[in-house]
Amino acid sequence: MQHYNMNLTLKVWRQKNNKAKGGFETFQVKNVSSEMSFLEMFDVLNEQLVAEGKEPVAFDHDCREGICGMCSMHINGRAHGPWEQTTTCQLHMREYKDGDTIVVEPWRANSFPVIKDLVVDRTAFDRIIAAGGYVSVNTGNAQDANALPIEKQKADESFAAASCIGCGACVAACPNASAMLFVSAKVSHLALLPQGDPERKVRAVNMVQQMDTEGFGSCTNIGACEAECPKGISIENIARLNREYLGAVFSGSAQG
Amino acid sequence: MSWKNYFSTSIGKKILVGATGLFLVLFLVVHCYVNAMVFWPDAEPGKHFTEAAAFMGGNVAVRIMEIGLFLGLAVHIIQGLSLWSQNMKRRSVRYTVSAGNATSKWYSRSMGLLGTLILMFLILHLYHFWAPNRYGQAFDPAWKEEDLYHKMIAVFTPLWVVIIYVLGCVSLAWHLMHGFFSGFQTFGLATHKYKGVIRSIGVAFAIIIPLIFASMPIYLHCVGNCGH
Ligand code: HEM
Ligand code: SF4
Ligand code: FES
Repeated sequence: MQHYNMNLTLKVWRQKNNKAKGGFETFQVKNVSSEMSFLEMFDVLNEQLVAEGKEPVAFDHDCREGICGMCSMHINGRAHGPWEQTTTCQLHMREYKDGDTIVVEPWRANSFPVIKDLVVDRTAFDRIIAAGGYVSVNTGNAQDANALPIEKQKADESFAAASCIGCGACVAACPNASAMLFVSAKVSHLALLPQGDPERKVRAVNMVQQMDTEGFGSCTNIGACEAECPKGISIENIARLNREYLGAVFSGSAQG
Repeated sequence: MSWKNYFSTSIGKKILVGATGLFLVLFLVVHCYVNAMVFWPDAEPGKHFTEAAAFMGGNVAVRIMEIGLFLGLAVHIIQGLSLWSQNMKRRSVRYTVSAGNATSKWYSRSMGLLGTLILMFLILHLYHFWAPNRYGQAFDPAWKEEDLYHKMIAVFTPLWVVIIYVLGCVSLAWHLMHGFFSGFQTFGLATHKYKGVIRSIGVAFAIIIPLIFASMPIYLHCVGNCGH
């Protein structure tokens, strides 16, 4: 595609801290290259703001290659912008044309409080993982990988679930601010493997309880999470989590 | 964890809504089957339907199942609306620009509203047909099963009643368009292998059953107003 430059109007959410009331601030960004990533465009904006002696816009980012899940931005109503299975850092400016107005908001969910501007606190996810997203049975020394037979299809499904990067787009996109896609990915990833099997019931119950404690909404199978997930995590995982939970309820063995 | 705790988590509540929802789906099949007898070309109009209605009305087993139906409906409404109202409070600061229909279907986001519309219709519907008859059965020593066929013709003579009934069916159709699939997903049955077929059956069910229901008041309105 032909390279081009564009001038943009940005409406960005600014909020001093968790307690302050936020609001939109409008910026003009000039000469943005169509080859830039969305975050590079924000770098240009921030350099401009620093040069003007103003406070740069705070936003999360780390790897800038679509694997860390930090770059949370709600762009013109879409988590990570309009491209399918794409994080904000992988969204490129060729999506936009000269004169466009782009509205950028933080992830909005009561369980993801704003820290500053576009940066939100996603430690609720860490606490859900801490409630059960691990294997604690003694596995002894690392053994030969082939010693534990795993069905190919299960290995693939587990791998697909494990590709969740904990970005929180599912929560951001869900009308109920539910974290079920995230939790179901974490539960599925372990439940499908022999190492995760011994603790599967307690894990499902504990992680669901922690998810509720953190104040996420309940899943009503709307599917906006799946549509926005940058890793293409399927709501088939939510079906699996529901089965895991039902299994724990009716087997009566889970302590919870 | 106790049973009570299992069913008070977010998934637990969903299981209750889903179980009662699918139970109501089964009820709709029976209700639709019995009522569709109004279309039977009887020499004496409504004979088949009247017999079926009398069987349902006079049968002790049916009366007992009816208690289960009302309990199920109550659980469905209370848990459904409580989930819905809790979920509305999870995002105190709303998005200025939202995805709208780009990432989900409007009816999947409107289950509480559609359910409330069904509930409003249901109150009118019970007031029309269920309450007077069952009240008589319980309290009037001289009670005998009402002639529901002719009562229906009378009820559906004014056009506005027909319109409200049709709107009730439309709300039900959209509720089921999401609810049928959603119920199976809640029980973890919408796996890779089955989700396609569950969605298709759900769409077919959500169209066919409400369509048959909606055609009844329209048909009886014509019978009442044209005399055949
Ligand atoms: C014959 C009538 C009805 C049928 C067949 C029916 C069926 C269903 C089904 C199958 C579901 C999906 C459950 C799940 O996702 O697991 C559902 C959800 C729901 N129903 Fe109903 N329903 C009926 C009436 C009502 C009424 C009268 C109300 C409320 C006033 C209501 C409120 C809800 C709500 C709020 C949900 C959403 C819950 C969710 O999305 O998780 N329903 N219904
Ligand atoms: S499930 Fe997808 S959207 Fe949700 S946290 Fe994981 S990668 Fe992000
Ligand atoms: S910055 Fe790491 S995924 Fe975008």
